[in-house]
Amino acid sequence: MQNISHQSAAHRSSAQKNTAQKTQTPLIDYLLRLGDNALILGQRHAQLCGKAPALEEELALMNVGLDLFGQARNWLGYVSELMASELMADKIDADHLAFRRDAQDFRNLLLVEQPNGDFADIMGRQFLFDAWHVHLLEGLTHANDPRIAEVAAKSLKEATYHLRRSSEWVIRLGDGTEESHARMQRALDNLWQFTGELLQIDEIDQAMLEAGIAPDPDTLATRWKVTVEEVLEEATLSRPAYDAWMYTGGKVGHHTEHLGFLLAEMQYLPRAYPDATVW
Amino acid sequence: MYAQLVETGTSKLRTLDEMSPEERQFQERINDEIKIEPKNWMPDAYRKTLIRQISQHAHSEIVGMLPEGNWLTRAPTLKRKLQLMAKIQDEAGHGLYLYSAMETLGADRDEEIDKLHDGRAKYSSIFNYPTLNWADMGTIGWLVDGAAIVNQVPLQRTSYGPYARAMIRVCKEESFHQRQGYQILLTMMQEGTDDQKAMVQDSINRFWWPALMMFGPSDENSPNSAQSMAWKIKRHSNDELRQRFLDQTVPQLELLGCTAPDQDLKYNQETGHYEFGAIDWQEFFDVVKGNGPCNRERVEARRNAIDNGAWVREAAVAHAAKRQRRAA
Repeated sequence: MQNISHQSAAHRSSAQKNTAQKTQTPLIDYLLRLGDNALILGQRHAQLCGKAPALEEELALMNVGLDLFGQARNWLGYVSELMASELMADKIDADHLAFRRDAQDFRNLLLVEQPNGDFADIMGRQFLFDAWHVHLLEGLTHANDPRIAEVAAKSLKEATYHLRRSSEWVIRLGDGTEESHARMQRALDNLWQFTGELLQIDEIDQAMLEAGIAPDPDTLATRWKVTVEEVLEEATLSRPAYDAWMYTGGKVGHHTEHLGFLLAEMQYLPRAYPDATVW
Repeated sequence: MYAQLVETGTSKLRTLDEMSPEERQFQERINDEIKIEPKNWMPDAYRKTLIRQISQHAHSEIVGMLPEGNWLTRAPTLKRKLQLMAKIQDEAGHGLYLYSAMETLGADRDEEIDKLHDGRAKYSSIFNYPTLNWADMGTIGWLVDGAAIVNQVPLQRTSYGPYARAMIRVCKEESFHQRQGYQILLTMMQEGTDDQKAMVQDSINRFWWPALMMFGPSDENSPNSAQSMAWKIKRHSNDELRQRFLDQTVPQLELLGCTAPDQDLKYNQETGHYEFGAIDWQEFFDVVKGNGPCNRERVEARRNAIDNGAWVREAAVAHAAKRQRRAA
């Protein structure tokens, strides 16, 4: 008995080490961030099915969700190819990355995993993300890795539409009724603590900048701020301070409590039926 | 078949001689297979029946998103998640498209949706059944969309122009959904584990009879059919369509390697049709009256979405008014 449990502990520890190794190359880690952002925000959209405030919005939310899942598949697909070629981990496909990793291996921003809440929370989250995503993707279209440039270019078209839509909603709600203004301001105030992570630079970002992949972080930060300020002004909303306390950690796998539940739901089938190889 | 038991408000079918001159002209136009367009004269009962039928169809598309939404968050692969989300989005699109066709008859979308929310309007009985395992996403595509297609293909030639044109587009997308649904089941039956195969059979067991009920009561209990057929807003009887569906579905069931929960199901060499056991019409009428497993929660989910979004819609209207004032 003892022996078996010892073995399984050893197996577990080696599995953990494997995961750490898998995400070891900066490029893989960076791509996981891109893919996980899209995947997790896409999953938040999946949760909104049948809950939109109007039928037209039902279509729009599904549309954005489809774009995000498509982007996730493209980024994670590239990750799985790199894992096969660089780490000899050839059994890890995009689905494995999406449905078999645990929370600490996810690299998405804390912002995108925040729960749906009301429509102001949903649009606030989307806008703060889109305003960053568009400028990031625009920068990535110039990446010296052609595959990244290609996926970024395709995603940029979608994200540009997402930003236009989320900006319009933030403006409508901010400059709508007294109630919608109060809700939009409250959503913004609550979400603001997760925006520090968008502009924060760590060694992975630095390595990608040096490798000619990631865009210049200062330019990205400036552009994000300009977009946010323009939209919030038109929305008659007050912008919280840039130097407010910020909650960070998603990029290195330290998440909020919400991610675990999101994954428990999303990964339920592959985990409940681990022997199933096709669906 | 997303419209069931549509009231025509008429007690008996009248002959051309019994009709007023304009009504006769209208009926002759229909008899000649010329489409009725929004600006043409039409009897009030025709207009009201069509509003009921098209709104019921639209409501079915919208309510039908819910049982699938139940598994959208748990779709097991990225490909299946994308497919299911696209299907649900198509359904929202069909709903919008059908509400627009309905509005050409002078009906108001919000008023008709209110009728859905307070129980005055119906939607297809099938969506009052729960989706309990992943295979249900395949079964709904295969059986439910399959049954819908059998009903809707003839409706592409229905007498009311905007409805007929809506059906042409809807049918194309439904056929795609049906193939996709069948593919989900076939993949699990051919390459899946025993657990997955059991999932498929369980799903078919639960949806088989409700799918057959989608065509509505048998012909002898379908009091509105004669008038709807005369108006060509219905082109085949419920039993005819049910038989057509069954005849095309049983070979597909056999190809899956699954069985139907019907011991009386058998092929009749002489007629060339499949025969099936007795449908539990009590269950059908219970579900139609609001006493199905999910009736209450489906309507409540729709009502909640619209009620909880009221402040959003008000904000959009207020903002648009502000913009207009500023532009003036």
